[in-house]
Amino acid sequence: MTGSPYAAALTLAVGSVLVCAITVLWVTSTRSVIRVVAIQGVALGLVAMILGIHLRDAGLIGAATVVLLVKGAAIPLLLGKASGTGTVHSRESRPIVNVPASLVASVFLIVLAFAAFRDVARFVGTTAGALVPVGVATLLIGFFALATRQRPLFQMAGLLMVDNGTALVAFLCTAGVPFLVEVGVSLDVLLGVTVLMVLTMRLRTEFGDVDLDELRELHD
Amino acid sequence: MLLSLVLLLPLLGGAAIAVGWRHPSVAWVAVATNAVVLALGVAAAVRVVGSGPLTGMSGLLRGDALSVFMVVVIGVISLLASWFGIRTMALDLAAGRSTPGRSTGYGVLVQAFVAAMLLAVLAANVAVMWMAVEATTVVTTFLVGHRRTKGSLEASWKYIVICSVGIALAFFGTVLVYLASLHAGGHSADALDWTSLMANARNFDPSVMRLAFALLVLGYGTKVGLAPMHSWLPDAHSQAPAPISALMSGVLLTVAFYAILRFKAVADLTLGVSFSRALLVTVALLSLAVAASLLLTQRDYKRMLAYHSIEHMGLIALGAAAGIPLAIAAVLLHILGHGIAKSVLFLTSGEIMAAEGTTEIDGVRALVARRPALGGVFGIGLLALLGMPPFSLFTSELIMVRAEFEVGLGWAAVVAVVAMVTIFIAVAGHARHMLLGPSTTEDTPPAPPRWVSVPLVSALVCCGLIGVLAWPLSGLLEAAAHVVTK
Repeated sequence: MTGSPYAAALTLAVGSVLVCAITVLWVTSTRSVIRVVAIQGVALGLVAMILGIHLRDAGLIGAATVVLLVKGAAIPLLLGKASGTGTVHSRESRPIVNVPASLVASVFLIVLAFAAFRDVARFVGTTAGALVPVGVATLLIGFFALATRQRPLFQMAGLLMVDNGTALVAFLCTAGVPFLVEVGVSLDVLLGVTVLMVLTMRLRTEFGDVDLDELRELHD
Repeated sequence: MLLSLVLLLPLLGGAAIAVGWRHPSVAWVAVATNAVVLALGVAAAVRVVGSGPLTGMSGLLRGDALSVFMVVVIGVISLLASWFGIRTMALDLAAGRSTPGRSTGYGVLVQAFVAAMLLAVLAANVAVMWMAVEATTVVTTFLVGHRRTKGSLEASWKYIVICSVGIALAFFGTVLVYLASLHAGGHSADALDWTSLMANARNFDPSVMRLAFALLVLGYGTKVGLAPMHSWLPDAHSQAPAPISALMSGVLLTVAFYAILRFKAVADLTLGVSFSRALLVTVALLSLAVAASLLLTQRDYKRMLAYHSIEHMGLIALGAAAGIPLAIAAVLLHILGHGIAKSVLFLTSGEIMAAEGTTEIDGVRALVARRPALGGVFGIGLLALLGMPPFSLFTSELIMVRAEFEVGLGWAAVVAVVAMVTIFIAVAGHARHMLLGPSTTEDTPPAPPRWVSVPLVSALVCCGLIGVLAWPLSGLLEAAAHVVTK
């Protein structure tokens, strides 16, 4: 990366999104995972904000504000509500892949992302474009978290990583899809998380504290 | 104007249900609005075939032949499902499984669901289409979990988690298409409009487009229920209330496939047909194999119907892979025929479940002797679904197989036919258990009221008539096929 403050700030913000994704694999307590989700949301909003200021694009700055509000504040608050007051079982105690192995896997996923998206990064051809593989890596790590974690809250965190990774690629590739689309996407994510939250609450009220592992009624 | 009306009517119906929920007959408002949507869809189809695409809401909506064909399909299935929803809610209330408040919520959500599907097929911009498909996921999650049993909550959890990942991948694909479109000289405001995509697609970067189309097939394919992303489908379709299963299986799957068809047209202009063909043939054959192997050992008749959907989505993907206008027309005819037959079967299965108290195939015996109306409709519906003449699925499958041979995919057609024969044997075996045999008990339970069975029978008659006389549709099908084959 070049030495301009814009490039440095952008790289720092994009890097933070990825670090948050890896941290999700690492933490096991409910409270810290929500905190990491919030920090990632803020970092994503900052990416959009930095790009918006650099390109002097009012629409993008508007989108960044929406992302900051939805992903940095609204979603973490909802998640906190869904997880309720910390019960004994609220830790991720039995991930399918344990923490050290998950961290090793995340390194492989990062390498994979860089290998697969080198061409796209070159095609975009800007400072931001060079960082596209980081977004892809975030998406892959989110997918990994989703597949290997058992608690509803941790799966939701994985889902949000997938989503933030996609949003990051959108911002870096194209300096943000049109403003309306961006807002629509953020609202859809908010809705999705609300749905998941309602489901978690229903699961809890009907059947007590659940591990998704225990939901094994439906099969062939 | 016409298109805006089509989109707003279901929402107005939903609002009416929310406001007038104390009134017992307010649920019929949904039936009325969906009937009007169907009528408007037919009117729009006549106009589009006569004088080209319609637009609405200052360019936000665009109805070409393909879009209005999908509006007609959505209209037919939602009319059937909302008619039957009245029956389902009454049965649930009587059995103490629901409350008036929750029934109202159900009615409002179904209208929102229908509106979201209509927006998905009428959107002029593929990003708006994406948002609409995402909205259907959010709404249907609540509908799948409507009964709040352990099974239905598990199914809705699985549904939203898997489909959200799919939807995220589809968004990723859409972003890459946007990138390709911008670099080919598109303006950010209309770079994702269908018309400008088709106009510029020849200049898109092939390597970006290849990645984009693969992600789009994977992403929207999750919502279609194509293997290997199908695992949510049997759970969600078997746990949802019968009218929701009918809507999801009959038309939501194909609305997602509509998105793939649109992007296939764009990708084919950039990459030639071979890339999309290879991708679609792979997922199609995989879906057929999964459906065949799991149908052989199925013990639950609602899950049996769900796996049958995976088979038909596989067939539709195979037809789309061929890509010539004849094949696309057959795919669209199949979408309509499958939608009608599958929703009739899901609605009947809801009635069977209410009467027999089980969804196990082993728990249902001699249905034709004991409950002639239910058993008859279920049996005839299965024949339609298995592709027996005179039903339209026979016609469309025949044309699709012919088209496969025409483009040199004969081997894939042969594999598909082998899978279809396996599925026929499996399903016929299950159906024989459920339907035939002498009645062992003396009781003759009451048949379902006529207002419930009449729409089901007339839907099957329509499915048969479409198969024999293609004329009311052939012009529309031809025009729609030409939208995505250029």
